[in-house]
This record gives sequence, C-alpha cells and structure tokens, in this order.
Amino acid sequence: MSSENFQQSRTPPIATTGLLGWIRLNLFSSWFNSILTILVIYLLYQILVPFLNWSIFAADFTHNYLGQQIIDRTFCTRVMDPEIGGACWAIIFVRFYQFIYGFYPVEEVWRVNIVYSLLVIAVAPLLIEKFPLRKYFLYFTLIFPIIAYFLLAGGFGLAHVSTKDWGGLLVTLVLGFTGIALAFPLGIVLALGRRSNLPVISMVCTLFIEFIRGVPLITLLFFGMVMLPLFLPEGITLDGLVRCLIAVTLFQGAYMAEVIRGGLQAIPQGQYEAAQSVGLSYWQMNRKIILPQAIRITIPSIVNTSIGLFKDTTLVLIVGQLDLLGIGRAVLAAQTWMGLSIEVYVFVAVVFIIFTFSMSRYSLYLEKKLKTGINMGAD
Amino acid sequence: MSESSIISLQNVNKWFGDFHVLQDVNLEVKKKERIVVCGPSGSGKSTMIRCINRLEEHQEGKIVVDGIELTGNLKNIDSVRKEVGMVFQQFNLFPHLSVKENITLAPIWVKKMPKSEAEELAMKQLEIVKIPEQANKFPGQLSGGQQQRVAIARSLAMNPNIMLFDEPTSALDPEMIKEVLDVMVDLAEGGMTMIVVTHEMGFAKTVANRMVFMDEGRIVEEAPPDKFFNNPESDRTKLFLSQILNH
Repeated sequence: MSSENFQQSRTPPIATTGLLGWIRLNLFSSWFNSILTILVIYLLYQILVPFLNWSIFAADFTHNYLGQQIIDRTFCTRVMDPEIGGACWAIIFVRFYQFIYGFYPVEEVWRVNIVYSLLVIAVAPLLIEKFPLRKYFLYFTLIFPIIAYFLLAGGFGLAHVSTKDWGGLLVTLVLGFTGIALAFPLGIVLALGRRSNLPVISMVCTLFIEFIRGVPLITLLFFGMVMLPLFLPEGITLDGLVRCLIAVTLFQGAYMAEVIRGGLQAIPQGQYEAAQSVGLSYWQMNRKIILPQAIRITIPSIVNTSIGLFKDTTLVLIVGQLDLLGIGRAVLAAQTWMGLSIEVYVFVAVVFIIFTFSMSRYSLYLEKKLKTGINMGAD
Repeated sequence: MSESSIISLQNVNKWFGDFHVLQDVNLEVKKKERIVVCGPSGSGKSTMIRCINRLEEHQEGKIVVDGIELTGNLKNIDSVRKEVGMVFQQFNLFPHLSVKENITLAPIWVKKMPKSEAEELAMKQLEIVKIPEQANKFPGQLSGGQQQRVAIARSLAMNPNIMLFDEPTSALDPEMIKEVLDVMVDLAEGGMTMIVVTHEMGFAKTVANRMVFMDEGRIVEEAPPDKFFNNPESDRTKLFLSQILNH
C-alpha cells in the first residue's frame, strides 16, 4: 500500500456555533456585510470612546482632579482646565434633592419618600398578574391616589405643602401617572361614545376629540392658565398644578380615545352579534367581550401614546411648573452652576429613558403573554 | 296569529337602502316545531331569522316571539333574546375566553348565576355536545366542528325556548358537518323549537316538520318535507331543488 492511497486530511468545517460562529454568520456573512460591520465598529469607536471618556473616565463626580470637594462650578475640573476635564456630575449630586423633590420642605420630605415607596406597591400588582394576594393589593391601588394626595399636599394633621414647592421628578411623576391613569378610562368612554348609535353622544364625543387633538398641548396648558380662571365662579381658584393635570388628562384622553377606537374597529361584527344574542347588555358586552379584545390589540399603541404623554409633561415648564426638566433649567440659571447644561440635560434624558424604556419593555412582555388568546377562530 | 304560535311574523318588510330584502313575509311557528329554511343566496333567509332576535330591525309588519312584540323597546328586546338562542355560520366564539368561560359568561352576567353553578352547567352542556374534554382550551385551539358545538353549548346554557341556526355547517369542512348535525338532531329530538337555515337536505328530511323556501325576499313555498321534496308546487322551488339535489 503506497502513501498516495491515503486520504488527504480535510480542512476543519467552518464553525457555525459559539461566539465565533455567531460573528461569522451575522457580521461577516458576505463582503458587503463585512464592510458594513467594520464601518459601524469604526463609527461606534469614534463616538463611544470620547463619550465614555467624557462621561466617566475624565469626569468629576464629587471631587475634582485636585481632590477638592466640588461645591460650585469653579471647582469643576473642566472649568479650571478645559484640556483635561470631563463631565462635572457634581451639579447633579449637589442639587440632587431639587431634582427629586423640588422645593419640598426638608423636614416634610419623608412624606414624599413614603409616596414613592407606596407607588411601587400600588403599581406592581397592577402590572404583575401573579402578584401574591393581587386582589387585595388592587384595592390598595384604587385608594392609593387619595392617600398620595393627602400625604403630598397635607391634611389630617400633616402640614400643608403648596404645590408651588413641588418640583422635579415629583411633578413629572404626578403629572405622568395621574395623566395616564385618568386618560385611560376617559379614552374608553370617549371611544365608545364616538361609536354610539345616539347621534348627540357621538357628536359631542367626536367634537371633543377633534378639538382637543387638533390643538397643541402647550395651547391647552396656556388655556388652563389664562382662560380657565375666567370660567370659574368668583372666589374659587384652581391650583396651577391641577390646571396642568386637567390639560394633560384631556389631551391624553383624546389621543387614547382614538387609539382605542382603532382597536374597536378591528373587532368583527360577529362578536357584537354573539354577545347580544346571549343576552348581554351594552355595558356587559363592551366590558366582557369587546374592550378586552380591543385593548389587547392596541397595547403597543396605548403604550406608545403613554410614553408620548410622559415626555410631554415637560411642557408644563412653559407655564411655570418646575418638573424634572424645569428644575434642571432652574439649577442652570443659578450663577453658581452656569455653563454645565450638558450634564443636566444628559441626566434628565437618562431619567426619562429609564421610565420610558421600562414602559416599552413591559408592553413587549404583555404582548407576548397575551398572544395565545388573540388567535381569532380556526382560520 | 293562531294561539299556539311561539313565533309569528306578519307582513314583515325590510329594506337595506333601496334593496327590498324582506317582502311581506308571513310565518307562524308552533312550539316544538322544526322549520328548515332554504333558498338561493341573497333570498333573505338569514335576514329573516336575524329579525327574530332583533339582530336586524324590520321596518314594517309585526314580529311576536313568545307573546312579546319586537319594537324599539329595549326591555322587550332583552326578554326576547333570553328566550332565543342563536348559532352563527362563523361560530363567533369569544376568542379571548376559554371554552368554559365562553359558556359561563352569559349565565353569570345575565342570569346572575353563582360561578360554581354556572361551571357545572357549562360542563353539562359540553357533555351534551360531546366535547367535555375541551373545556379549558381556547376557541383558536379547536377544529371548526368543535367550535360550532361550543357555540351551540353556549346558546343552550341560557336555557332558550327557541334556537335559531344561521347556516351552521356552511363554514365547516365536510367531515365535520356530521358531528354538528348530530348534535342538532339530538336537540330536535329533545323537543326544542328550531328554525334552521341550511342547505343540508338530508338533515331537513329527517328533522324538519316544515320546509320554507325563500326567493328574492319572499316565502315562495311552505310545505311538509315529504310534499316539498317529492311534489313541490312552484317552478322556482323545482328549479332550486333540481340544482341542489343533483350537484
């Protein structure tokens, strides 16, 4: 047997599993893909490295490069020596209280902290279906707004704290959560009303939706500030924050109504007929058959509008309410911290992203969970 | 209207826009009678039975169900719907509810039945339609024939005196038609008053007391099945029968 009869050893097969395999399959599958990959890596390098350097490695947190504690802008490394300094996060640390509570009196701030903690307890059972003793916790969720109101504003022996002293994240959350929570039922009622067979109800709802939706939120906020007092009986004044809340809720309600109406349109006529033929009343039919299906298919849009509203609450700074962004601007207006606007805006952006990204992930989770039920019939 | 009629249609007229869909329809149905309605598509047979539980509104004439006249009066409509069950061509099960919940929903909310009792009732109805093992599935997981049987069970759970069937087997694959018809035959033997719109002539021959043939919004012929199939009076009926029996 001569040596040429032996088989040549073959090259090993190209890996298709593991990290290397994944990279080859997804990033370098063709020459075009490879060029794109390299280009993207280059761009990321150009953007990420300076940003990380600025925001972390060269940044001041509480102390500057000389080791001194930063108490105003003049201590920031980047103010002392622009060549070596990165971000000066000290502005956030020093003004942290204002960002979270506004000008809420320090000796009363425990009340806000309790509200923040209770908020978690109120929202969690609403979002998590398998929450232990969910039914009882949901009762708490229902009465939470009342508890929160008295804790924040005062009453029952607690000192009164004017909403003028509320600010920062507190105002953002109050506007965002109350707006979303009130706009949802309002939107359902408006959507059903617009599709009502009774012409008067349908017309009123349509007019309301079209009017509110056709006007910018800022206009509604100004309307609440300037014109609403003219319509109120003499001697009655509405709190500034409450006026913003009304404007935000109506605005969001109109949008929510259109989103939910879209879902209602998608429900086949047969569902209404089947519900009627077993004897369900109008409200039973909507509550048990139509709305659960309509809301299920509109979850992505509902979350989308809710995220929109949450961000739109920043507009209240135009009418003098100091929400998170408003506090940021107020902090920047002070002589001691002038010029550090990038740090403030990045911080505000990050806080907003934490909330909006959570909402977005939750909606994905919901969609996945409800998928089995949406299957309409055998076809 | 004779005294024993449970359903009575007198000179009923209905238009969809300019289209005269029901023209002077007169029909008397006695208790425990089984009527099969047939006719070409667009002849108004579905519209007629949908008027009986007011899914459609008639514009002229009088419809009386179990002594209650159907008018704009919502209370009357509610009481008629409690008497009348309906099964649709497209099943129309509630896709977000399990089979059991589909059946218990109306007893719990309309009849205010306790949940445990309603569930017992649902299981009993599922036994009658021979699919108790599907109770916890969702409609989307069932075959067409099974879905239609759930739809029948859902209607029966409200304990109706009258059942309306609107082409219950038209959306089904041939091998599933029998399982649905079998359930309907059982129901007929149990003494249920039934109006069935169908082209299943075998079913009609075994079950119907009376055949009703409709064309262009009118009742053209009414006769017992024996006479209807062997010796129809109208030429229109003869033509229709020759077409569906010889296909």
